[in-house]
Amino acid sequence: MRVALFVPCYVDQLYPRVAMATLDLLEQQGLDVEFPEAQTCCGQPMLNSGCDQDALPLADRFLDIFSGYDAIVAPSGSCVSMVKNHYAHLVHEDARYETIRTRIYELCEFLVDVLKIESLPVKFPYKVGLHSSCHGLRELRLASDSELNAPSFNKPLQLLEMLDGIEIADLKRKDECCGFGGTFAVSEEAVSCTMGRDRVADHLQAGTQVLTAGDMSCLMHLAGLIRRDKQPISVMHIAEILAGYGVPQ
Amino acid sequence: MSAVKSYDHPTNADRFNKDQSRTHWHDSALWFIREKRDRMANSLPEWETLRACASQIKSHTVSKLADYLEEFERNATARGATVHWAKDAEEHNRIVLEILQKHQAKRIVKSKSMLTEECHLNPWLDKHGIEVVDTDLGERIVQLREEPPSHIVMPAIHLKKEDVSDTFHEHLQTEEGNCDPNYLTESARQHLRQKFVQADVGITGVNFAIAETGGFVVCTNEGNADLGVSLPKVHIACMGIEKLIPKVDHLSIFLRLLARSATGQPITTYSSHFHGPVEGGELHIVLVDNGRSKLMDSDDFRNSLKCIRCGACMNTCPVYRRSGGHSYAATVPGPIGSILNPLRDAKHHKSLPFACTLCGSCSDVCPVKINLHEQLLTLRSEVNRQKQLPVSKTMPMKIASWVFQRPKLYAWLGGIGKFFLRTMPRFLIYNGLNPWGRNREMPESPPESFRKQYAQRKKSQKSER
Repeated sequence: MRVALFVPCYVDQLYPRVAMATLDLLEQQGLDVEFPEAQTCCGQPMLNSGCDQDALPLADRFLDIFSGYDAIVAPSGSCVSMVKNHYAHLVHEDARYETIRTRIYELCEFLVDVLKIESLPVKFPYKVGLHSSCHGLRELRLASDSELNAPSFNKPLQLLEMLDGIEIADLKRKDECCGFGGTFAVSEEAVSCTMGRDRVADHLQAGTQVLTAGDMSCLMHLAGLIRRDKQPISVMHIAEILAGYGVPQ
Repeated sequence: MSAVKSYDHPTNADRFNKDQSRTHWHDSALWFIREKRDRMANSLPEWETLRACASQIKSHTVSKLADYLEEFERNATARGATVHWAKDAEEHNRIVLEILQKHQAKRIVKSKSMLTEECHLNPWLDKHGIEVVDTDLGERIVQLREEPPSHIVMPAIHLKKEDVSDTFHEHLQTEEGNCDPNYLTESARQHLRQKFVQADVGITGVNFAIAETGGFVVCTNEGNADLGVSLPKVHIACMGIEKLIPKVDHLSIFLRLLARSATGQPITTYSSHFHGPVEGGELHIVLVDNGRSKLMDSDDFRNSLKCIRCGACMNTCPVYRRSGGHSYAATVPGPIGSILNPLRDAKHHKSLPFACTLCGSCSDVCPVKINLHEQLLTLRSEVNRQKQLPVSKTMPMKIASWVFQRPKLYAWLGGIGKFFLRTMPRFLIYNGLNPWGRNREMPESPPESFRKQYAQRKKSQKSER
């Protein structure tokens, strides 16, 4: 299986450890993984800002760069959903897109649904709080949400529960948005920060030691608040935990 | 708290968030209802089937709306009602005024109708010397305060009982500082009783109109619609044309969904059916378009006509809960309002599609399955197409797109950015120009990007071989 690693632009620049953990994790599973170096950004910030015409050439590039792989994996539900669901706004009747949308996976989804892994040789003796990032939750359906009356499941949690010594924090609002929302975090700064602080408060009451999620963007926002408010919570992307990386001090 | 003057959501939301304890109280009050709704939705194994049915019935109705409206008019007329057609708010108000003037009506009782709110009927009638009293308790409270409703189902959800006590003390001469809900409710009841008895005409909204029978249903929890139209001989019912459903058989689906989604009740306390005028009286039904038919032509936004105005999207919206209904500066706030208002007036409401993190909770909570958050995303491009976005928002995206099409330039600029983030003094990074840094720390900048580390790793792997 030819697997391409899709690294969101801000992860590439600001969180290389997350991308490296993703690569390690996939290689640990015996896969041959390639990082197509021409990749930059999927165009989500442009589309979300109403600038679909500026997103279009990036979508076009993306489809070119990632065509031909059997699977495309990214440590980000949001960017995967952009390609899988929202490229439909940009490209129409494009054969490359029709193929790629069926071959692109968020990391946890790929591990659970495609590789069907059942165990991970990792010891992680911490109380972990899982933030269910919205696009992974409600656009990729990585887990069931509290709005729908449907059977309950949670793929990221399923993976975390494979780890040795881990304890999962019990949140009061298990799937509420953290308030990041891309440019929303800046244009609606007041609401964004109130939302983020509320999420952090929920994790504090639940005794979270390590806060994790499948999207670094949500974590970037929450970590920004945690560090500003000097809260006793460490932040790690789920790829780092699953790959057996240590908790950053 | 007076009505918000600005149309800019971030400005209004910022003001709302200044009082963090009130923001949290507002959030908790609405979350309580959202959780009640969850329990109710989960108590019905057929919940998702109901949603699917309701969604399909509404889609079908919208696709043949003209036919169903004519069928409704025929059947309502056969039952003795008079049906009026209004293309916009102005025409609606004129029609209502003409009916009132014909009957020399001076005192009107109204049961909550967001449509008359949308048409600004109250100030219009007031201008013509006619007293209109909103009889829904929440609606009456905001009316006394000369504020618009902040929620379509719970119009005074932004107010605490202390605020209500102050308002009633000022207008209804209740005891100063007495915040006992029973006392306050009883005072309102006595005050409203007088208004009901004196009324010349009753105005109501419509929750569901049924094409097959020509009848309609009004749902209230206080029975005020029934009281308002039982004593006067004239009943005026004002409805948006999207309130139609084809058959009476469909009604049960919507009644089961509406109350559960709105307030977490199994059903509203009163679901009153009206079929023609009372004996010796008159029933007027005003069918209002006011921009609705325009939505029928749009593949992107037609779905929003399915809305049954339950308010569930507001209760679940994390932004609404923390910015308050008035921050939307619109009759219908929250996710559905953020679609409907910019489509009617993009210039004033251009910030609303952006007052959203695209979390998608509204789409999953919606009982008629409106793809709210997807429409909000689409609408952002529409607002841009109408040239309503400032250059300060569009230019950075243009530049970013240009850079992202050049991977080498992007990698080079990324390196520079990281260097500055690491080395610049704090005051240059955290200042008034950086809204990220006002309340949050910036991410710590790593020395090297992933692509650089990856290239090095590949190189060393090659040399190892």
